[in-house]
Amino acid sequence: MADAKLFFRRLASQSVGHLLALAARFITAVRADWRGIEPIAKQRVYFANHVSNADMPMIWTVLPGHIRRQTRPVAAADYWLSNRLRAFVGPEVFNCVLVDRRPEARTEDPMEKIFEALDEGSSLIIFPEGNRNMTDDPLLPFRAGLYNMGRLRPHIDLVPTWIANLNEIMPKGEVIPLPLICTVTFGAPIHVEEGEEKDEFLKRAADALVALSLPDEGAGS
Amino acid sequence: MTDQTTLDILLLSLAVIGILVALTILGVFLRMRVPYGGTNPVIEAFVVRVHTWWGLTIILALAVLSGRIGVILLFAFVSFAALREFLTFTIKHRADHLSLVIGFFVILPLQYLFVALDWTALFTVFIPVYGFLLLPIVSAFRGEPDKFLVRVAETQWGLMICVYCISHVPALLTYDMPDGSDRSILLIVFFAMVVQLGDLFEYYAGRKFGRRKIAPNLSPKTVGGVVTGVLAASAVGAILSWITPFGVLGAASMAALASVTGIFGTVVFAAIKRDRGVKDWSHLIPGQGGFLDQLDSVIFAAPVFFHVTHLVWG
Repeated sequence: MADAKLFFRRLASQSVGHLLALAARFITAVRADWRGIEPIAKQRVYFANHVSNADMPMIWTVLPGHIRRQTRPVAAADYWLSNRLRAFVGPEVFNCVLVDRRPEARTEDPMEKIFEALDEGSSLIIFPEGNRNMTDDPLLPFRAGLYNMGRLRPHIDLVPTWIANLNEIMPKGEVIPLPLICTVTFGAPIHVEEGEEKDEFLKRAADALVALSLPDEGAGS
Repeated sequence: MTDQTTLDILLLSLAVIGILVALTILGVFLRMRVPYGGTNPVIEAFVVRVHTWWGLTIILALAVLSGRIGVILLFAFVSFAALREFLTFTIKHRADHLSLVIGFFVILPLQYLFVALDWTALFTVFIPVYGFLLLPIVSAFRGEPDKFLVRVAETQWGLMICVYCISHVPALLTYDMPDGSDRSILLIVFFAMVVQLGDLFEYYAGRKFGRRKIAPNLSPKTVGGVVTGVLAASAVGAILSWITPFGVLGAASMAALASVTGIFGTVVFAAIKRDRGVKDWSHLIPGQGGFLDQLDSVIFAAPVFFHVTHLVWG
């Protein structure tokens, strides 16, 4: 009986996942540009720019199924647990690692949950800016989490992931998404170098990410 | 549809499939002549294009066989995909969000609804008059003056190109055949075939001969290639005259007209792409780039073909 219930929940979450991916593709024709890595199942932390709530579903959509299954987005618990629908979509469809962003209210350390997921072998999607970027700058300053992951788990590839156009597709405060072409560009992985300081590394990571927003000069088509 | 019309559509589809089989075999033959282990990019591009033509032919044939509604839905989707590509590269501001949403989800469906309802007096002026006036009003109410004229002008251009012009292909359905039959749907087949085949001949002839470029900074097209393309299109038009009300000479001249406006449309689109620094509009059609890369000639030719058909044979 319990098995049957689990089976139907899995079926429902899979179907909702496919529907969301289909909707993302219909609206934005979203496409992956594997500029610096191959789409293979290797443990990675995809760190991306964050301008809209649709960012994470876009990356999730372009990951091939076998990579998607082992990849968990790190997301805010206060957002994804705010109602029953989100509580189904966040943890069950996207298999999110939910962390609490409010230091005063939380009971567990977010980094601990993140390392737990990494040590289980999952890849992660993270947004190191912490909040959605509403400014005209390409990126907000990165939080330290990315540095700590790179320092304490040096074997994991940190992959810069640039999502183009989403601030025009879904500006903050708008309800209806605008159908424009969206591209998700995966850059070459970076690692924390021997003896590299936090600020130094975070700047290098941010530069690697912003560099992906420019067209690829080297590639012919 | 009457049995005769369906039969003619099937016959034309078979003829096109015959051409595609020949081109596919040609591709295999060309590949065979490349030494083992080597590859020739021109031949590979040709093979990918032939694959894409198979897909396009099958989709268009199924839509035409399913009748009016199928054709209108197909082109409404094509407009959607084209507008999505075009507006990705235009200048816009957060203040334009609502007017762009209206463009996609109100103006586009209404335009195709008016085509489906056969309201010629409305669908020929809806976007150039009402869309033209409404969208700047909506944008202005959001109160962002920066680059206002450029923003509204580029949005309007996108709607004219991707919705107004493309909708004139299914609008051919509203043409009343002189003999009162339902064969206006075959005009779409005629139009699509002459424009696409004209393009094809122009492309390959332009590579073989012709030196004087028609737009030296923009396009590799040569005078020799264009003349060959237009002549080939009118020959195809003459052969297909039996599905049109134009007669042999009329069909040849209509084909030439469609082909030449189409080729000029391609040059205009080359200028736009150069302006925006893009090579292709998207990657949705393998070997061709985006919908707009595939359709640039159709877009320019459709309204002209529609109006001349009504003007001369209406």
